[in-house]
Amino acid sequence: MAALLEVDNLSKRFRGLKAVSNVSFAVPEGKIVALIGPNGAGKTTTFNLIAGVFPPDEGRVRLKGEAITGLKPNRVCAAGIGRTFQIVKPFGQLSVEENVIVGALARDPSVEAARRHARAVLERLGLADQAARPARSLTLPDRKRLEVARALATRPTLLLLDEVLAGLRPTEVDRMVEVLRDLNRREGLTILMIEHVMRAVMALSDQVVVLDHGEKIADGSPAEVVADPRVVESYLGAEDL
Amino acid sequence: MVLLALLAVVLLAAPLFADRYVVSVLTTVLWFAYVGQAWNVMMGFSGLLSLGHALYVGLGAYASAALFVHFGIGPWLGIWVAMLAATLAGCFIGFLGFRFGVRGVHFALLTIAFAEVARIGFDHLQWFGGSGGFFIPVAGDAGNDLLNLRGSPTLFYYVILALVVGALALSRRLLHSRLGYQWLAVREEPEAAEAVGVDLFRARITAVAVSSALTALGGVFQAFYFNNLFPEQVFSMGRSIEIILPAIVGGIGTLIGPILGAFILTPLGELLTFLIEVSGLDLPGLKQLFYGVALVVIVVYRPDGVWPWLARRLGLVRQPGEDA
Repeated sequence: MAALLEVDNLSKRFRGLKAVSNVSFAVPEGKIVALIGPNGAGKTTTFNLIAGVFPPDEGRVRLKGEAITGLKPNRVCAAGIGRTFQIVKPFGQLSVEENVIVGALARDPSVEAARRHARAVLERLGLADQAARPARSLTLPDRKRLEVARALATRPTLLLLDEVLAGLRPTEVDRMVEVLRDLNRREGLTILMIEHVMRAVMALSDQVVVLDHGEKIADGSPAEVVADPRVVESYLGAEDL
Repeated sequence: MVLLALLAVVLLAAPLFADRYVVSVLTTVLWFAYVGQAWNVMMGFSGLLSLGHALYVGLGAYASAALFVHFGIGPWLGIWVAMLAATLAGCFIGFLGFRFGVRGVHFALLTIAFAEVARIGFDHLQWFGGSGGFFIPVAGDAGNDLLNLRGSPTLFYYVILALVVGALALSRRLLHSRLGYQWLAVREEPEAAEAVGVDLFRARITAVAVSSALTALGGVFQAFYFNNLFPEQVFSMGRSIEIILPAIVGGIGTLIGPILGAFILTPLGELLTFLIEVSGLDLPGLKQLFYGVALVVIVVYRPDGVWPWLARRLGLVRQPGEDA
């Protein structure tokens, strides 16, 4: 199967500190890939490099074989990548529906079409009954869901999720996992997710990439990765599985 | 809606029963309501703080006045030249600001700087009358001529009323458009807006272009209404602040806010002048002091502006980013 996203030797330094160093991995089309690792491992930096927040010092990113390295975030979105933010960034004064409409407008030129699409997405994520509320009044779990809804509304071929499960209660985690699995299975949406909730990583992902100190230390199926001594040592050590 | 219709009827009929003084006060109210709306497109919709909107008023005023005085070309053509001049200036400032990442307060400083440069510059441009002022010949009451914007105070009153209604309709339309949603998103969270495909530079520069072009029309009106222009007044920092006060008092980012704010502030100023005259007190600056206190009261007790509060009190459903 062809890889939808190819990350090739990506490196980024911040004032001499290597945040990401020679990281390469591929996300096959239709799969869910998890990016894990301890805090400061360079996961979010890798995301930002893919999403175009800043350009890499070295390396390349390709989506469907096309180079997207160094494109601005709005161009990356147009190319087909939707993303969420670890620290949620809702358009606070706009309603939940308006937030998602802005996302939908990435593809729909007309506001009415965008509104219809936004409603369908909200329905899907169980936010329909909150549609008219100002986004700033949502609870954290709902804000996380709104992040996903807004990104989904841009009709991405690849969805980048940055810790959308962190801070959710177990039942909420299960609900979100269900939604993501459904999107993946039924619509073939490819997902790359940064995640700390190992239960969800094990349940969802086809492939796991592990970063530590900015370098890739493991890449394989969930079962292979959790058995890898380097991964256990650097990250999973104390974790309950 | 009923209230708005009622207000429209009263405003339309006002010159029939009001005396010249009231019409002139209403004209001033509407002028500030108009430029307040124009400013609101930048700050209220797109989150771009401009403290130099007097620049666009001045460019519009001088461009149209110069065409009339030097070439006998009336505002029917002058408005286009005025809008073009202001838009070019706005886009240049926007380009500098957005291209080089000048944000927030620093962007505001940039807008002040350009207004100041214009003020000093026009002081020395003899073609525009220099610091001695630029005067448009007064035609007397030779009848109303809309194309050349010469005529009675009533003509000017209706022109500015039409501009206010036009700006309101345009603002409403823009806010409900794709561009409007993108502006609001950029105002709220630029990084998230960019991640959902919004071109930040383009969204911001169009906001500046629309705002400066609209403001320039206010300048054209001012030039032909007062028939005189002095760089010290037209481009002054004080004028820039006067322009933004109605929107702040009424409610930044709302459609009705700038209009309501103008209806509060201008009559308040007139009332203070009247009271000071009647009371016989002759203390320089007293009016400004009262004005300042009134502003502080409003800003402290209604930081979001008067309109959002009033809309809730009137039972109008409040849609975020879109009132009325």
